[in-house]
Amino acid sequence: MKLTKVLVLVLGLCLTFGTFAYAGKDLDAVKAKGYIQAGVNGSVFGFGMPDAKGHWAGLDVDTARAIAAAIFGDASKVKYTPLSAQQRFTALQSGEIDVLTRNATRTLSRESQLGLNFVAVNYYDGQGFLVSKKLGVKSAKELDGATICVLPGTTTEQNAADFFRTNNMSWKPVVIESTAELAKTFFAGRCDVLTSDASQLAGTRAIAANPKGYVILPEIISKEPLAPAVRHGDDQFRDIVDFSVLAMINAEELGITSKNVDEMLKSKNPAIQRFLGVTPGNGKSLGLDEKWAYNIIKQVGNYGEVFERNVGVNTSLGLERGLNALWTNGGLMYSPPFK
Amino acid sequence: MKPKDNSTPIKPAEAAVPFWRDAGKRAIFIQIIALFMVGGVSYYLFSNTQANLARQSIATGFGFFGKEASFEIGESLIRYSASDSYARALLVGVLNTLQVAFIGIILTTILGSIVGVARLSTNWLLSKVAGAFIEVMQNIPVLLQLFFWYAIFYESFPPPRQALTPVNGIVLCNRGFIFAIPEAHSAYPAMGLMFLAVLIGGWFMNRWGHRRQELTGQAFPAGRITIAMIIILPLLIWALYGAPTAMNMPELRGFNFQGGLTLSPEFMALLLGLVLYTSAFVAEIVRAGIQSINRGQIEAAKAIGLRSGQVLQLVIFPQALRVIIPPLTSQMLNLTKNSSLAVAIGYADFVAVANTTINQTGQAIEGVAMIMVVYLVFSLSTSLFMNWYNKHMALVER
Repeated sequence: MKLTKVLVLVLGLCLTFGTFAYAGKDLDAVKAKGYIQAGVNGSVFGFGMPDAKGHWAGLDVDTARAIAAAIFGDASKVKYTPLSAQQRFTALQSGEIDVLTRNATRTLSRESQLGLNFVAVNYYDGQGFLVSKKLGVKSAKELDGATICVLPGTTTEQNAADFFRTNNMSWKPVVIESTAELAKTFFAGRCDVLTSDASQLAGTRAIAANPKGYVILPEIISKEPLAPAVRHGDDQFRDIVDFSVLAMINAEELGITSKNVDEMLKSKNPAIQRFLGVTPGNGKSLGLDEKWAYNIIKQVGNYGEVFERNVGVNTSLGLERGLNALWTNGGLMYSPPFK
Repeated sequence: MKPKDNSTPIKPAEAAVPFWRDAGKRAIFIQIIALFMVGGVSYYLFSNTQANLARQSIATGFGFFGKEASFEIGESLIRYSASDSYARALLVGVLNTLQVAFIGIILTTILGSIVGVARLSTNWLLSKVAGAFIEVMQNIPVLLQLFFWYAIFYESFPPPRQALTPVNGIVLCNRGFIFAIPEAHSAYPAMGLMFLAVLIGGWFMNRWGHRRQELTGQAFPAGRITIAMIIILPLLIWALYGAPTAMNMPELRGFNFQGGLTLSPEFMALLLGLVLYTSAFVAEIVRAGIQSINRGQIEAAKAIGLRSGQVLQLVIFPQALRVIIPPLTSQMLNLTKNSSLAVAIGYADFVAVANTTINQTGQAIEGVAMIMVVYLVFSLSTSLFMNWYNKHMALVER
């Protein structure tokens, strides 16, 4: 009888193992769950950081909320997982999160080797250097022999190595995994320079004890197109995430904001009618409700509103639109037609 | 009456025991089934992983070893730059871990023994201070201790431009402690060789001295003579080579000090934190070992006229070591594994370098497997050596 019990137990285990083999379509899993699990930064002010009351806020957080608004009609159906730079891709690969909205740079090796798909860029950035004004350094070319604080496993690390090699300068890295620890070490003086994406530097400086004492050097040494990412294997989910980001940009191009979107429903402009679902078709082809874009704009806002709310000139980061302005205003934000 | 003959087996009247009631045969059958199941599950897991990785087009295999690493490492014992391969970067990580583990184990054993013996001292203050040290260090989580020492090193010391120089040639700042070292000269390898020669000669002299003592009863001060020779003979070599005095001095050039030997705050914090934490445990082990000795041994040793120090050295420690060595091995392995916490304070140990490699190549499975294999090799070598030493010290009993 003991033998029978053992055999039954083993058979049961085999059956449970059987269900793990097939990873399943991401979109179906998300719809069944009823919320999106988004991987975010957790330590960069302006992009993905909880505020003093514990509410998540930031550009990437709003992107995740836009995806939830598109799929569920409710921007609050998101759960956030803070991830370090070293954990972020493994978390996405393994299925721990559904989408990575964590200021990740799109590169060839990441797209091809990691089994990820990056979607539309939600922030065009570049790498810069943050130094204390006390050092009296005016340009990045004067940093020979400096000690530089950098996060491990990022394009930042590689770009700094390339920049210093190209300019025949030497440098010493101080490499700490946690963004908050790294900032603390920099402000305590362990290293001369903090290097990261310029927007992250602005965010780090904004919450420092003495923001006016630090300056971002003029050299931007790399291109960092920051985009959300999903896993290979589910093209429909990828399209939804992609066009959720593009919907916000397209809305700004069409002049639709969260304030006037209800009046825009009555617009005679065919492009706006197709975009907001007054003329049906877009939602069905994506597998979403026809009001998916309307929900995004109503609950989250268009790209301009999201930018100004999180990192714009009136926030403590004080960033100009720059490359992130619409293509009609000299920037790179350009949406394909929504038809 | 003829006694019953019990030597011939009774022929069973019924048929042979059926297969499923024969305990021996059943055991073999179940073991074969279990083996097949384990093999089946392993094959299933392996092929499932492979299929999932291929479906998501994630790269597999160790081909990335030859690729360019393109990241810098803060400190390394061998020459390394961002244009070297991943394999070389991982080697730097291994050497850094070995450096911390090796020095850490030696310092922990010494400090732990001292604190353990102090805890048992008849001096009230000494034993209470040792006791307080043990309690505090054992009970605070090691990661917090590492953060604490790291913060001490980079917060309490001034930046390079206002560095402290208590002695000409020693620089203390928040970038590390930099010491002037002698300029490279052919005298120094020769001195090193002479040092080794004196150590080996001293060991042989010690053995000869012991044998002489057994035969004639006269003690031979082998220890004192060896110490004297270690100081005098290398100095003689130094003088013979022309007494070179050129020093490689640390100089502030630009942002940091160049030249001399640098001990970074990361290395010092890791070493200090790990040594203090582990030595508290070693102190308790040493105390347990010493207390395991029969009181009669100490009384007998004192009765034949040995001083306290000699009692400890000649009677107690040789016996206590048999109790101390196995748990001490565990603590050495703990220190080696705890050194992987270096990633939290910025020291470039093997786990930190491997993590960066995983992140850049995306191959998490190969990376973690590598980390496991490397630490397994470290741990197995340490315990192999310590088990050999344990057998060497074992009491020869029946």
